[in-house]
Amino acid sequence: MSTENKDDEILGKAYDSRLMKRLLGFVKPYKKYVFLAIFLNIVVAALGPFRPYLTKIAIDDYIFKQDFDGLFLITALLFGSLVFQSMIQYVLTYATQFLGQKTILDLRKKLFEHTQKLAVSFYDKTPIGRTVTRVTNDVESLNELFSSGIIMVFSDIFIILWILGFMFFIDWRLSLVTLSVLPLLIYGTFLFRKKVRETYRDVRLYLARLNSYMQEHVTGMHIVQLFGKEKEELKSFAKINGDHRDSNVRSIFYYAIFFPAVELISALAVALIVWYGGGEVIQSSISLGVLFAFIQYTEMFFRPIRDLSDKYNIMQTAMASSERIFKLLDDDTFIKNPDNPVPLNQVQGKVEFKDVSFSYNQEDYVLKNISFSINPGETVAIVGATGAGKTSIINILTRFYDIQKGTIKLDGHDIRQLDKRELRKKIAVVLQDVFLFFGTIRSNIGMNNPEITEEKIIESAKFVGADRFIQELPLKYDEPVKERGATLSVGQKQLISFARALSHNPQILILDEATSSVDTETEKMIQDAIEKLLKGRTAIVIAHRLSTIQKADKILVMHKGEIKESGTHQELLQQRGLYYRLYQLQYKDQEVVTPN
Amino acid sequence: MKNLYTLKKYFIQYRSKIIAGLIFIFISNLASVYVPILIKDAINDLSSGINQKVLINYSLLIVGTTIFSGIFRYLIRQTIIVVSRLVEFDLRQDFWAHIQRLPLRFFQNNSTGNIMAHATNDISAVRMFVGPAIMYAIDTGTRFLIVVTIMMMISWKVTLISLIPLPFLSYLVYYIGKKIHVRFTKIQEKFSDLTTKAQENFSGIRVIKSYVAEEREINEFMGLSREYLQRNMNLVKLQALFQPILFLITGMSIILAIWFGGIEVINKSLKLGDITALVLYLGILIWPMIAFGWVVNIIQQAEASMKRLNKIFHEKYEIDDSDLTEHNVKSIKGDIEFRNVSFRFEENLPWVLKDVNLKIRSGETLAMMGRTGSGKTAFINLIPRFYDVTEGEVLIDGKNVKSIPLNVLRRSMGVVPQEAFLFSDSIMNNISYGSGPVSREAAEEKSRIAQFHKDVESFPKGYETIVGERGITLSGGQKQRAALTRALMTEPSILILDDSFSAVDTHTEEEILKGLKEYMKERTSILVSHRVSTVKDADKIIVIDKGRIAEEGTHEELLRLDGIYADIYSKQLLEEEIEQI
Repeated sequence: MSTENKDDEILGKAYDSRLMKRLLGFVKPYKKYVFLAIFLNIVVAALGPFRPYLTKIAIDDYIFKQDFDGLFLITALLFGSLVFQSMIQYVLTYATQFLGQKTILDLRKKLFEHTQKLAVSFYDKTPIGRTVTRVTNDVESLNELFSSGIIMVFSDIFIILWILGFMFFIDWRLSLVTLSVLPLLIYGTFLFRKKVRETYRDVRLYLARLNSYMQEHVTGMHIVQLFGKEKEELKSFAKINGDHRDSNVRSIFYYAIFFPAVELISALAVALIVWYGGGEVIQSSISLGVLFAFIQYTEMFFRPIRDLSDKYNIMQTAMASSERIFKLLDDDTFIKNPDNPVPLNQVQGKVEFKDVSFSYNQEDYVLKNISFSINPGETVAIVGATGAGKTSIINILTRFYDIQKGTIKLDGHDIRQLDKRELRKKIAVVLQDVFLFFGTIRSNIGMNNPEITEEKIIESAKFVGADRFIQELPLKYDEPVKERGATLSVGQKQLISFARALSHNPQILILDEATSSVDTETEKMIQDAIEKLLKGRTAIVIAHRLSTIQKADKILVMHKGEIKESGTHQELLQQRGLYYRLYQLQYKDQEVVTPN
Repeated sequence: MKNLYTLKKYFIQYRSKIIAGLIFIFISNLASVYVPILIKDAINDLSSGINQKVLINYSLLIVGTTIFSGIFRYLIRQTIIVVSRLVEFDLRQDFWAHIQRLPLRFFQNNSTGNIMAHATNDISAVRMFVGPAIMYAIDTGTRFLIVVTIMMMISWKVTLISLIPLPFLSYLVYYIGKKIHVRFTKIQEKFSDLTTKAQENFSGIRVIKSYVAEEREINEFMGLSREYLQRNMNLVKLQALFQPILFLITGMSIILAIWFGGIEVINKSLKLGDITALVLYLGILIWPMIAFGWVVNIIQQAEASMKRLNKIFHEKYEIDDSDLTEHNVKSIKGDIEFRNVSFRFEENLPWVLKDVNLKIRSGETLAMMGRTGSGKTAFINLIPRFYDVTEGEVLIDGKNVKSIPLNVLRRSMGVVPQEAFLFSDSIMNNISYGSGPVSREAAEEKSRIAQFHKDVESFPKGYETIVGERGITLSGGQKQRAALTRALMTEPSILILDDSFSAVDTHTEEEILKGLKEYMKERTSILVSHRVSTVKDADKIIVIDKGRIAEEGTHEELLRLDGIYADIYSKQLLEEEIEQI
């Protein structure tokens, strides 16, 4: 958790050429839009400053010369330029947003595809929330960079350049006088940004603290109430809440100074124009129209300069997000697929474990020197207390994890030489904790696999006995599954997962039998279904039901990562060893409940 | 607006600052509209010929007026916006004080995320109303009136004509703003679908990989992403309109002023400086027009947020001191009695406890066994009044718990819940959470009993080690022992351990129990456990099954009964045997 927080609070530099290069790689396919946007920007930037120039002409050439027709004409021209600018502005905004959206769509695709390739071990050690944030929020925060960030910087620069151009074209001396306040404005703006950034950092920090305090104390409210600490906690809360308030009040100070200061600088520019420009008018070296145009230009000049510094924040957030995104993209926790996999068409289903040792962390071995083999069509039951290493067998046979020592063979091929996707297609895993997806009963059985037909789904459901309760649902197979199947009973979920496995017609089945108790009727249905599932398939069952164990061709008794005993039910009972005692402890009662 | 009426008391509290702010707005606006008049006069004087000296006067006046108005602009933010932060603080403080007293039921019915959303987003939305919305509404309102009055004085004809487009601007800002809000909500919905999908995919990655469904998952995720893009572009279509419309309408106003004003100048009924002033004033009016539409939206959102907040403010405390409370009760001895107690969470739900009768004398130890869901935790929750009984009564020292002040009741018991919850704070602060600051020796003494001391010693910073989100992660067993230490520190009259050793190994558990023996001598204790070894020495053991007391007696008595307890006992003996192999 602690690294997560650090990761997410980084607010580093606003520009990192290495990151920027990689990011721009994503914009490349949309070069056309970038160029279009830049071109439109140049046009729009010119139209704004063009109007004060037209007003100047209106005043000097028509109003003073009492030319009604001319005045009408120039007004029409003003109006025309306004409409034109509005239209281009619309296209421009649309194009840049489209560019941003398309780019992040691609980025999101790439990122999500990457997550699907990552090994299970990645998900076992990374909090899910973190990965979710990468593909959602982090990608989102790049939108602004792509859509407005990069292009609007051009836009602001163009606007400034055009205004300068018009000003100097009309009167360069007056331009210089007007521009003399510029250093003051730029200095003031950057000083303000710096201060605001500092307070903004404080605000963020205190807000984060406030949120984590609330998050934690809402979760732990029973502890607060249990110890009767409401008064003390209210005081602590006041402190944190107060820090947040104070940091905000501090930032108000800077805004309160900044806005009037900008107005003052702008007034200074106007005052200079009146004083110097007015003098020139008296000496008749410039016209009143020029004066008028310049007063309008000063207003126009200030916005882009203020905006430019805004872009800094966008860049900073975007850089921090892209840093995290690329870190995930560069994660290469993969299970390697062989370059030239052995083709796997018809699978017989012979599974061999030879001297297999496996650990999750390279140190503590959870499986030690495991050897056994299963002939096609046979069932092996694995029994043992929790922590004996049973689930690890599922993990390594499906290559969710790779083993450190020994070999696992399928039909005589080392599974590491097979295409892992082909391998997994041949094996169905039914876990005790049934994972249902948001969708319908149908999509949860067929897993949206186009190769699995409607008939196959219904047939499978009928076969395992799930069809009966599904028919009773209002929408039958189209019944929506919400919140991981909260509306279904444990037994029903089990049956759905059996139907799911069956519809995929696997040659090999790995079944982690559920321990949870269900009512007798469902229990009977589940037992029947298991029996049907196992028929004709190579199966490894992590067994909890006596009936399943008794019918197995072989029982492996696991204890602390090792196979301690193996044989049939009767053989093992006669040994009077570990299995005998386990039988006494866990399975004996079941005989009474479900006589065989 | 009726929900926002709740804010009245805050407004009254800060009335002097708010009134001062309003006065500042008025003064500042009076000053700032004077600048265009100065420019107008300057230009008009220029047309009729004046000398340089007068120009300097005009320039100085322009700067001086702006400084004057600027000072008041500064004061406006320092009053009104600051007040909004103060109100935000008070509102959040009141919110917190309120939810702290809400019953456990509230927290089980509302997700943490949901409560957080109220405390952050909704309060922020309300603050936007108190601060910026009110400031801009009044600021722009007064400015509009002043400016329009002056403009009318210069030329009512040109003013009226050039103002025609501006109301459209307000309306469009309001209308588009509203539509944007709707489309924005739609985007958020899709985004949350996208998040849910990612969350589900990553949680179910094993199933996906074993059914080789990665590609279909990618397609589905990308399908959602594309819909998300579509909804974003729907918003863009509207948002992109915003700026052009703004340009068009404000530009039209100015063009109308120049055209009709120009005609007036040609006709000699107006001077050039007058048009300049009108154009400058129109520039001043643009912002109020935008702000007006914007403010209306903010008020609507604040109203919706305040409605949600009020709903929480109206939640009843349910479990609280009442008329029954005997405030003279200051401490508890520790006799507990359940008299015909039945309990269920809600009227239509099944009974969790039914007709429970039980007496525990002060100083005795009661042990409780039973399957998950049999009602053990519900039983325990009735004692510190996390819930109140549905029927019957729970008595402590012969008094109904409802008559004991809640604070006294809870502070006299040390409960160690099933799931140990620690705050992300130092170990010291966590274990002294209930007792208040104590000496290191006292803390060590208790953490030794809980077999926690050695663990703490092994951390580099010892008792000052920060745990949880901001520090190191404790194991489940360490958390449970920390929670036990925390309870022991309060020196409670009643100690309740609700399956508190589930993550502690058997050996350590035995050590803890050994140490606790002395500690529990003077106190009433209730132990819930699945292990016979934990419960066998208790004065009384009860087995709860389906909400009723199924078996009751000492270890020996229950073994002789040969029921549920005896069965559990024999199984656990076997289990131990296997462990030993």
